Amino acid sequence: MPGFDFSNYNRNAALCARGMSLPKATSTGTTIVGCIFDGGVVIAADTRATSGPIVADKNCEKLHYISPNIWCAGAGTAADTEFTTALISSQLELHSLSTGRKPRVVTCMTMLKQHLFRYQGHIGAYLVVAGVDPTGTHLFTVHAHGSTDKLPYVTMGSGSLAAMSVFESSWKSNLTQEEAIDLCSKAILAGIFNDLGSGSNVDVAIITPEKTTLKRNHITPNQRVPKLGNYVFRRGTTAVLNEKVIRKEELGNFVSIHEMTEEADKMEVDT
Amino acid sequence: MAMFSQNPIMNGPSYSFNDAPKTNTPEGARQHRFDPYTDNGGSTLAIAGADFTIMAGDTRLTSGYSINSRYHPKVFKIGGTTADQKDATLVLSVVGFSADGEALKERLDTICKMYRYRHGKPMSVKACAQRLSTILYQKRFFPYYAYAILGGLDEEGKGAVYSYDPVGSYEREQCRTGGAAASLIMPFLDNQVNFKNQYEPGSGEGHALEERARRPLTRQEVEVLVKDAFDGAVERHIEVGDGLQMMVITKEGIEEILLPLKKD
Repeated sequence: MPGFDFSNYNRNAALCARGMSLPKATSTGTTIVGCIFDGGVVIAADTRATSGPIVADKNCEKLHYISPNIWCAGAGTAADTEFTTALISSQLELHSLSTGRKPRVVTCMTMLKQHLFRYQGHIGAYLVVAGVDPTGTHLFTVHAHGSTDKLPYVTMGSGSLAAMSVFESSWKSNLTQEEAIDLCSKAILAGIFNDLGSGSNVDVAIITPEKTTLKRNHITPNQRVPKLGNYVFRRGTTAVLNEKVIRKEELGNFVSIHEMTEEADKMEVDT
Repeated sequence: MAMFSQNPIMNGPSYSFNDAPKTNTPEGARQHRFDPYTDNGGSTLAIAGADFTIMAGDTRLTSGYSINSRYHPKVFKIGGTTADQKDATLVLSVVGFSADGEALKERLDTICKMYRYRHGKPMSVKACAQRLSTILYQKRFFPYYAYAILGGLDEEGKGAVYSYDPVGSYEREQCRTGGAAASLIMPFLDNQVNFKNQYEPGSGEGHALEERARRPLTRQEVEVLVKDAFDGAVERHIEVGDGLQMMVITKEGIEEILLPLKKD
């Protein structure tokens, strides 16, 4: 069955009515921006993910791949931005294969807005869509309810006002690539330092007709302060109340073991 | 006992955005209500030593996702003879709703000053602590939304820390944190100040293990703990940051230290 699974809906509604609150989703209370320059487009994002007032991830990726020449910056519910962009990326690839043409940014934007509109804002994805295709350079914003904008410079997320203040005071037409990267980075930094929902590092993606460059952690202005104290505990500090050793050879007595031939793709792990 | 529960005034997690009015009124109908409180975030911390007390707090003032100020102190000297408080012997830290915290500080400071004029000597921490509890409980049904910690030196010259809930329940302790990152810092302090969950290696088997003996920490050790506690809180709590204000109370007087914290 395609689409979402609603089988727990009635149970959850009943629990809700009895006063149990729903689980809280990780939100990328975010600053994301985009800006067109002569010969391409730049998008940028901060790297903080929050859950309420707690920082859930200090270095998450908010720039999502759609196709080699189309990238997306996402704000809102982390899972929604991730899955929506992955879904559209997949559909766009199939579309491109069946038509034998390169994917277009308007196509991507239209698919995103139609998908999001269908779910009436319940999919909390707020996106900046940018790319270069045979029809030219494009930059859009897509809101969770399905509305879109086409502008030369855009901002979204909780830090959008801080970021927009940078664009509104410093933006000019006919920017060079370096100027556009610099302007977008400055806008993200404004979000990082003035919006509590944004923080940590600046990620940038530059898309030109020739190639796409992803600058992960382009600026890192928030390195952790080294600890002053020493928090290494002496061996034996933690009480061991009981101990049981299971040798690797006896493991088969407790669980079923399947030998893996190839190592599965490893997930990116924070350092 | 719900004494140090994070938030007795608004239910649910202690968070300023969650206080959006929840009503069951029909669509379009608006219920009039009075919302006199805001959560201004931030955190405070106090540790008592053998002959000193350190009171600390970050200097960020927030509302929602905004920073209202990067330098807004929440640790105050109390009960000096003059406005500059240079002969003060007590320190009060307040976190929660900053307007209430400051009103509370002003009230307690006035009371300490009046006591000095009437009795010709500064108020003891013990007396001041009891008085602060009374002030808070007087507003039992319209509380000061502030988590206060009072620090000083007791009659024997030992470090003293008294911590409060917003309606005046109080207790003398070795250490205490308050505010937004209290739940992040307090377990660290339990482990590093009172050596909780630490045992003496090789002293026995299982339940027979001996707990690591407590010893008074030096001033340098405590200053390091305070800085590391706040650096840790800044990493994981969005409302804590910008600056760290520390007041070290010794028999020589009160020394104030300002250190930078991350600003994102």
